[in-house]
Amino acid sequence: MSIAPAARRTAEERPAVTRQPMREAFLETVADALDTDPRLMVVLADISSDRLDAAGARHPARVVNVGIREQLQIGVAGGLALTGMRPVVHTFSSFLVERPFEQLKLDLGHQNAGAVLGGIGASYDYAAAGRTHMAPGDVALLDTLPGWTVHVPGHADEAAALTRAALPGDDRVYLRLAMYGNAAARPTGPHLVPIRTGSARSAGVVVAVGPMLDRVLAATEGLDVTVAYTTTPRPFDRAGLHRLAAAAGHPDVLMVEPYLAGTSAHEAAAALEDRRHRQRSLGVPRGAELRRYGTPADHDRAHGLDTEGIAKAARDFFLV
Amino acid sequence: MATAAFSRYADLPALIGLMTGDEKHRAASESTLDVLWVLYDRILRVTPATADDPDRDRFLLSKGHGPMAYYAILAAKGFIGVHELRDWASHGSRLGQHPDGVLVPGVEIGSGSLGHGLGLAVGTALGLRAQGRTGPRTVVLTGDAELDEGSNHEAIAAAARLGLGSITAVVVDNRSATHGWPGGIATRFQTEGWTADTVSGRDHRALEAALSVRDPAVPHAVVARV
Repeated sequence: MSIAPAARRTAEERPAVTRQPMREAFLETVADALDTDPRLMVVLADISSDRLDAAGARHPARVVNVGIREQLQIGVAGGLALTGMRPVVHTFSSFLVERPFEQLKLDLGHQNAGAVLGGIGASYDYAAAGRTHMAPGDVALLDTLPGWTVHVPGHADEAAALTRAALPGDDRVYLRLAMYGNAAARPTGPHLVPIRTGSARSAGVVVAVGPMLDRVLAATEGLDVTVAYTTTPRPFDRAGLHRLAAAAGHPDVLMVEPYLAGTSAHEAAAALEDRRHRQRSLGVPRGAELRRYGTPADHDRAHGLDTEGIAKAARDFFLV
Repeated sequence: MATAAFSRYADLPALIGLMTGDEKHRAASESTLDVLWVLYDRILRVTPATADDPDRDRFLLSKGHGPMAYYAILAAKGFIGVHELRDWASHGSRLGQHPDGVLVPGVEIGSGSLGHGLGLAVGTALGLRAQGRTGPRTVVLTGDAELDEGSNHEAIAAAARLGLGSITAVVVDNRSATHGWPGGIATRFQTEGWTADTVSGRDHRALEAALSVRDPAVPHAVVARV
């Protein structure tokens, strides 16, 4: 299902945004894993608790709902990890990352404790709910803390694969589970994956993070650029970006991220510190709060993160 | 039986003196000294040899401020060396002005920012219960001013309703909370389903009795007034 308003779509344009049930994929993966992994524990704060009723009935000691108490939710995760359990924590990203931020810093990071966080609603999947339920700054905030792996899947199958891979570990993992993404699942992993490779005289590299891929592909159709994809912006694949930029005609990089603009600008700068390059970051602008409701597509358009906005920015940046 | 050097209650002022450079005065004013001593001497089933045993009792110092008494008792009980106390809080020491659980043997959590211990204790108790470990207790120490932090009240409300009888919260009450606790601290816990005792924080026998209370389904609070 496309959320792009039909009136804006031309006849030859394919839908660049696809509804993706990542939340469901995450919850089903976790519920299944509870049956086989005795270390796993789920900590909820009411959100999605009904969807884990069956798993909770099978494993009453390992599915805990603390009520609407997100500071406690993260504190509990830290305590669980200190006893050797593997906590999975889930709620809206705004209440998972922003509200209990010091708990993430201290109850997880400072205790050297790990957890798998599954956040929904970022950046503005529930646009009609307004600013209180938006979290475009989640990845930038986590980026201030050491030791976090950040997954931003673009497809429900990717969300399931990344969840499955994260559960057995002891590390700190944030899964950013969006409602919209790409039509097809792509490989997940720590490396940038070239989806479309430009010529030796190409204008540069476009990095599309998670749900941005299909619209980036549509927006750069006809441009001689390399389009690389990642579901895992942290740790960022600096070596991969360096390799792709070195192979391009110009080592210029356009980052397209579904969260705060410039979140990975310092990563691109570090990756290319040994060569003269230009870079530009697309994402949710930092300058002002957009006091609008509506749909995610409305907000994509307002922030220049729809196909049209990305196409315009790409042509402007690559000087074509 | 020979007593190891610096292992008695009477040695604590000297041990604290290694950190403060003032043997008499600062030691006596340590609000947590007696509670910590009773815990480590009579209540907690944990020793340097069992500091990593999954079935050990856990002690979480939530109120990480002023940890001299804590370090002194850890030294007296052999978790850390007495010689470490002298250069505490220096760049090369693992003993800081707030303790770091990753650095110090026997220290379960890093603390200092107030209001984190109770939540970690709830998680610890839930994790132990899920593993079928019904033996270990989780004891968490806070202060009356620390209870100002709202995060504590999320944990206090949830602990009893989750049936976490393995938790004991010790609130060292030196009446330092700016706006006080009208009606008393114990009632805050009792209303949320805990049992609670209020005792003198200097009376070792009373502390031991209060800290020994254990209902397997109901968490217990001990308000230690100093």
